[in-house]
Amino acid sequence: MSHPLHDEKLKELELKALEVRRLLIEMLVEAKSGHTAGPLGMADIFTAFYFHILDHDPKNPEWPERDRLILSNGHIVPIRYAVMALAGYFPVEEAKKTLRKFGSRLQGHPERERLPGMETTSGPLGSGLSQAAGIAYGAKMDKRRFRVYCLMSDGEQDAGNVWEGAMFAAKYKLNNLTAIIDRNNIQINGMTEEVMPLEPLEDKYKAFGWHVLHVDGHNVRHFVDAIEHAQAVYEKPTVIIAHTIPGKGIEEIEFDYLWHGKPPKPEEGKKFLDELRTLGGKIRSEHE
Amino acid sequence: MLNPNAHLVSNWNDRTKIEMLPTRDGFGKGLVAAGEKDPRVVVLCADLAESTRAMWFKEKFPDRYIEIGVAEQNLATVASGLAAYGKIPFITSYAAFSPGRNNEQIRTTIALNNVPVKIGGAHAGISVGPDGATHQALEDAGLMRMLPRMTVLIPCDAVEAEKATVAAASLPGPVYIRFGREKSAVLTTKETPFQVGKAEVYREGNDATIIAAGMLLYNALLAAEELGKEGLDIRVVNSHTLKPIDSETIVAAARETGAIVTVEEHQIYGGLGSAVAEVIVAHQPVPMEFIGVRDRFGESGEPAELIEAFGLGVSHIKEAVKKVIERK
Repeated sequence: MSHPLHDEKLKELELKALEVRRLLIEMLVEAKSGHTAGPLGMADIFTAFYFHILDHDPKNPEWPERDRLILSNGHIVPIRYAVMALAGYFPVEEAKKTLRKFGSRLQGHPERERLPGMETTSGPLGSGLSQAAGIAYGAKMDKRRFRVYCLMSDGEQDAGNVWEGAMFAAKYKLNNLTAIIDRNNIQINGMTEEVMPLEPLEDKYKAFGWHVLHVDGHNVRHFVDAIEHAQAVYEKPTVIIAHTIPGKGIEEIEFDYLWHGKPPKPEEGKKFLDELRTLGGKIRSEHE
Repeated sequence: MLNPNAHLVSNWNDRTKIEMLPTRDGFGKGLVAAGEKDPRVVVLCADLAESTRAMWFKEKFPDRYIEIGVAEQNLATVASGLAAYGKIPFITSYAAFSPGRNNEQIRTTIALNNVPVKIGGAHAGISVGPDGATHQALEDAGLMRMLPRMTVLIPCDAVEAEKATVAAASLPGPVYIRFGREKSAVLTTKETPFQVGKAEVYREGNDATIIAAGMLLYNALLAAEELGKEGLDIRVVNSHTLKPIDSETIVAAARETGAIVTVEEHQIYGGLGSAVAEVIVAHQPVPMEFIGVRDRFGESGEPAELIEAFGLGVSHIKEAVKKVIERK
């Protein structure tokens, strides 16, 4: 990440995030199954990654020096597909038409083998942090400069594998690893604090040897600042707890855990697309 | 008679003189050999460095040895990341824990993810002995055999274990290798052929075939030798590769000898017996008997005592061979 985030670039990113949300809704309506709330909530962060933060080359997805973005909670992959398509990894039409379809590279949960640029296969929760830590460890062994990012959900913090990975990353001082937790407070059975309380999440990560930051996951500037801050921490890995609104951008879906695991019906999709179109600069104005 | 091309040790039939080593020793030597051959090889350990022999690699390549602690899910997933990056990780633990506890992580982040992680499962089988059922993995090979892309190796002795470990490092995909705790007869030599996917005929014969894997192969050879004295001419095949199974050698054995007994220190459901049955039922149906653990857990005891108590001894194999020949 070598370019400063000028106001103009920020505006560009925010408009791009809107485009990403529109594409996502079209994809989910066409797919007729999948998750809606989680992917919408991560639209801003994914846009920031692919259009500003990551050092990557969509035309050369296996470029050895690329930054690695590991998606641990594979079920929100439609948002990654949408962003990757818009970034030029594959045609936008393929995203619109093939998500979750037979023979598609865009599997319901992501598979590394099928889609170049998809760093890992994921879906079963709790394993991504350790995989990211493994990549970060390997990079350190070979004194490579790229950075490793791992996106996790908050619900998957229930899984023991996450904390095994957290201990490992702290033990080996993997400062080339930054984890991001999508703190949207919902999981399938309800609110995270009812299903299995996670708080005080910050204290837990601190106790596990991590540097902890909080950001508004819909404020791209603050998120980019946090990523830069994390790069300046040398003695430990950093976790950014990104507070997000599940379903962000579509009022009817926002905060509603019942939207965790279902796609919009065609008529809903049409309504949501209209809403996203009229939102225009509104998403941005909330943070000004 | 023994197949001279197998180049087995000359004193194999003398139980008092044959060298005894655990297959995990071969694993430890193999790790060092693989590490010397390829700088990408790294070894991950889950707090069992001494008993898995991962320690030997640590002594030689401290910078390529990674301690994970008692966390087998992390063992598999950190290795998945290392392999995705470009390393060739060996993960080492007891088979009951890896691939036991971390089976889903192996399925998703190693096999489906298709990265070259090599899983070394030590202390497999009831011959683990006094530790009891929790530590006696009897379903590990079956679990791994069911995963697409997974190669499964079950070396019969320490020499073959070393060869299997070195071979695993050079295979492009994920591999599971199964090892035992107890010392067992070293019957193969450096000259004994070993090729992944190729079963080897160690003893020629035409009345029936014993197909074995792991340290019980030695019991199979002893049983065949004793049966020879009773006038039965028994073929013995070392099927060290459980997957991909060598159909050609198995079908030839079924066709030429007309009866098969499988021998393994594993549940009879899902292991070598199942794999062989799948082949012969489809291509050359002949009577078959299964020597293995029959749908029960292990228990504490001395290894030799348990082998007898669980029906895996030389006398049990002889009985099974006689029975299968009667059914021809």
